[in-house]
Amino acid sequence: MGGMGSVYRARDMHFPSVTKLVAVKEMINSAPDPLVRETIVQNFEREANLLATLQHPSIPRISDYFTVESRSYLVLEFIHGKDMEAIINETSGFLPESQVLTWAIELCDVLDYLHKHKPDPIIFRDMKPSNVMINQNGDVILVDFGIAKTFQSGIRGTMIGTEGYSPPEQYRGEATPSADIYAMGATIHHALTRRDPRLEPPFSFSERPIRRINSAVSPDLETVVNMALEYNTESRFRTAADMKQALTAVARKTGALVRSPHTGPVQSTGIKPLWSFKCEDEIRGTPTLSQGTLYIGSYDNNLYALDAAEGKFQWKYPTDGGIVSRPALFEGNVYVGSEDKRLHVVSARSGKVVWTYFTNGPIRSSPRIAEGHVFIGSDDSHLHAVNLNSGRMAWRFEAADFVRSTPFVMNDLVYVGCETGDYYAVDFRGELKWRFHAKRAITSSTTGAGQLLYFSSMDGTLYSLDSRNGWVIWRFRLGKASISTPCVMDDFVFVGAADGFIYAVETKSSKEVWRFRTEHQVNGSPVVYKDSLYCGSVDGTLYCLEYRTGRLRWKFGTQGAITGTPLVYDDIVYIGSTDHQVYALLA
Amino acid sequence: MNKLSRWLSGLFGNQQPSSSSTTQEIANTAPLTEQQLQSIVANQNPRFDLQQLISAGGQSVGKQRDLNEDSLLAMTTTMAGNSGNLPFGLYIIADGMGGHQFGEVASNAAIRTVAGYVLRKFHPYLFHVKTDTMDESFQEIMQAAVTDAQRAIQREAPGSGTTLTAALVVGQQITIAHVGDSRAYFIYPDGRLEPITRDHSLVKRLEELGHITPDEAANYPHRNVLYRALGQGEILDPDIFTIGFPQPGYLMICSDGLWGVVAEQDLIKAIIESPNLQRACQNLVSAANTAGGPDNISVVLVQLIG
Repeated sequence: MGGMGSVYRARDMHFPSVTKLVAVKEMINSAPDPLVRETIVQNFEREANLLATLQHPSIPRISDYFTVESRSYLVLEFIHGKDMEAIINETSGFLPESQVLTWAIELCDVLDYLHKHKPDPIIFRDMKPSNVMINQNGDVILVDFGIAKTFQSGIRGTMIGTEGYSPPEQYRGEATPSADIYAMGATIHHALTRRDPRLEPPFSFSERPIRRINSAVSPDLETVVNMALEYNTESRFRTAADMKQALTAVARKTGALVRSPHTGPVQSTGIKPLWSFKCEDEIRGTPTLSQGTLYIGSYDNNLYALDAAEGKFQWKYPTDGGIVSRPALFEGNVYVGSEDKRLHVVSARSGKVVWTYFTNGPIRSSPRIAEGHVFIGSDDSHLHAVNLNSGRMAWRFEAADFVRSTPFVMNDLVYVGCETGDYYAVDFRGELKWRFHAKRAITSSTTGAGQLLYFSSMDGTLYSLDSRNGWVIWRFRLGKASISTPCVMDDFVFVGAADGFIYAVETKSSKEVWRFRTEHQVNGSPVVYKDSLYCGSVDGTLYCLEYRTGRLRWKFGTQGAITGTPLVYDDIVYIGSTDHQVYALLA
Repeated sequence: MNKLSRWLSGLFGNQQPSSSSTTQEIANTAPLTEQQLQSIVANQNPRFDLQQLISAGGQSVGKQRDLNEDSLLAMTTTMAGNSGNLPFGLYIIADGMGGHQFGEVASNAAIRTVAGYVLRKFHPYLFHVKTDTMDESFQEIMQAAVTDAQRAIQREAPGSGTTLTAALVVGQQITIAHVGDSRAYFIYPDGRLEPITRDHSLVKRLEELGHITPDEAANYPHRNVLYRALGQGEILDPDIFTIGFPQPGYLMICSDGLWGVVAEQDLIKAIIESPNLQRACQNLVSAANTAGGPDNISVVLVQLIG
C-alpha cells in the first residue's frame, strides 16, 4: 500500500443485533513531507474506488473508506483464514499438489475476471502468496489491491510489483495480463518448492526446476508452471483462462488427490577398502601420514605406525591413556598427546621414546609445531609451549578451562579455544594479545585462511574472526552444537554439527551454499581433496560429496561411529572408526 | 633513533642521490607523471608508522538536473595508544530514485539511519582499544543497519527508494552492505580496477542471463531500472560481505552518475595521476561533468596507509 499499515478485526455496528465482522485496514501516514503525504492519500483512495467496482467471490467486498488526520481506513469484508505465505511457511515439508492445484485454478479464475474488466482491463501486478488469503472453506481471496494502479514511469523506473515474482517486462514498466500470468507461475512455483523467489535473483526459476526440489509434483503441473514462467511473453499462456484450462486438465489427469511416495535415500555403494587394520580399542582421532607411514592413536593406549600402501603393522608405542590427539611429525619424530597427561615424542623410524612432557591433566588437544616449539592444550587448563630441542616448557598460558582444541599458529600468534567458550590469541612470549568469548565451549580447532580465523562452538555457531584483532566478521547459525573443525577451500568453509548436517558456507558473505544430512552427529571435520569433500559421521559412514554442490558421490559404512577426520593423500582416503579399525579407501 | 632516521629519509627522500633522475621532473607543474607519483607513493609508506585510513569525497548535482538526490557520508577515525591502534571508517553512498518519488528524502534517510546504527554499536570501542571484542559480527551489524534504514524510508517517504553502498572498515577488513546500482571498486596503483559489488539492475541481470550482450547493455534503454532498492519490497536481501582492504590500493564508492558516464580507463587515470585523494575526487567529478553530467555524481575514495 505504500505506508505503514495494520489490519484490524472490527464489528460493524450498523447491525447491532448480529455480529458482523469487518476488516479495517489502517494506513498511517507518517511522512513528514506534505507532498509525500498527499501522494499516499491519493494512492489509498485509488485502491478504495477500484475495489468498489468489483464483484467476484475471490475479491473482498468493500463497505467504506475514510481518512482521519494522518490515518486512512478501508472497511472490508472480513476473511476468516490465513494467507498462503503463512501456510507455506507453517507447513513442514511440501504442500500437497492437489491443494496447490485447486488454489491455482481459482486464482486463474479471478485473474481472468480482472483481465476482462470493462472498460479497461485491471492488471493485479502483485500476485504473490502473501496477497492470497485462504478462507475457512479453502477458497482463495485476492487481497491488497494497493498496487493495481496505473503505472508511473519515473526517471529511474519506479519499481512496481514484487521483486522475485515479477516478469522481466514489468521492470520495464510494461504491465499486461501476461505479467500477472508470470507472477501466477511464480506463486505456484513458490508454493510447490518452498523456495522464496524474493531471496533469489530475478528470473531464475529455471535454475530451480520444481521436480528436482519436490519430486512429488507431477511432470504435467511442472510443464504448466514452466510455461507461465517463460521469459518471453509470447511463449506464455495467452490468457488466464488458457492457463486455468491447462491446470484443470492436470487436475483431471492426476486425480488431484494422488500422492506420490517420496523416493528413498541414495543407495550405499559396494565400496571395498584397499586395506583395513584392527586395533584393540576404538579409534576416535585422526591419522597423520609421512614418508609412506601412517600414524594413528587408539583408545587401546597405543600409537600405531602402519605402512600406508598396504596397512602393514610397523610398530606401536604404548602410553598409559587413550589417544584422541592427532600425531604431528617433525624432523624424524612423532609428537602425540595422551590421556595419560603426557606429550610423547617418539622416533618415527623405531617407535622408541625420545622424551615426554608432563601436564597436569589428560591431553585431548593435538600438538602444533611452529618456531622451534610444540604448542598443545591440556585438561590442566593451560596452553603449553614446549621447546622442541630440550623438551622443556618455554611457557604456559592459563586458560579459563580445559583446552581441548588444537592450537593454530598464524601471524606470530597462537590461537586456541577452551571449554568455557573463551578464545585466546597469544603471542610467542605467552602473552595475551586479544580475547573473544563464545557462549559455550570451543572444542573445535581453528582453521585460518587469508587473515581470517574459522572455528565452531558448542553454542551452535560457526565463527569468522579477524586474526589480527579478534573482531567478529560474521556468525553462521548451525542447527546444533559443533566440535567439528572447519575446512576452507576456494570461497567456501565447510563444517559439521551435532544436528547431523555437513554445511557449506560462503567465506565472504556467510551465506549457506548447501547442507548435507547424515544420519547422526558430525563431530569430525570435513576435508577437501580435488573435487570431493570427505567427512565421517557418528552414523558410522564416511561420505564423499561433490564439494561445490554437496551432492553425494559415494559413501562407505563402518561398524562404529566415526568421530575423527579423514586424511586424503595420493588418491587414498584414510579413516579411523570406533569399530577399532582404520580403513584405506580409493578417493 | 631508527624512527628519526626513517622520518628524515621520508622527509628528504626526494633529494637523495638515488632519486636524482626524478628531481628535475618534480620541478615541473602538475599533472605528475607516473614515475613521479610512484616515487612519492614509495616514499610515503615509511612515514606512517601508524596504520590509518584517509579519505575524501566529491559530489555534484551534474549538468542536467536541478535536484541532488544523492547522499554521501565519509567518516574516518584514527585512534592509537599503548594497547594498539584501530583504523575505523564508515563510507556510504545512496542514490535516491528519481523525480516525484522523493529520492532525496530516501537517500538521506538511508545514510542517517545506517550511520546512526553503526556508530551506536561502535561507540564504546572507538575511544578505547579493548582486548575483548564485540559479540555481534560486522555482517550482523550491517544487516541490522540496513533493515533499520528500510523501515525509516518506508516511514518517511513511502513508495520511494534508494541505492545503498556502505563500507564499514575496521582494521584491515571492509564489510560491505549493498543494494542497487551504486558501486564499490578496488583500484590498484598498477592501474587495475576491480568492481567488488554487483548491480541489482535489470540490465545487469539480463546480461548475466545472456539475453543481451555487454555492448547492448551499454545502450539498453532501461539502464536505470533496479530490481532491488532500499525502501522497496517487504523482504530486502542486501548483499553483505567482508573483504580485505587492498594494500596498496584504494577503495572507491560511487553513484552511477560517475561510473555510468566516465569510462573505466579515465576513472583509473583520474585517480592514479592525482597527487592526493581530494584532488582525485575533484578530477572524477569534473570528468563526469565534462562528459555531460546527465545525473547526480557522488564519489568517495579511501586509502589504508601504514
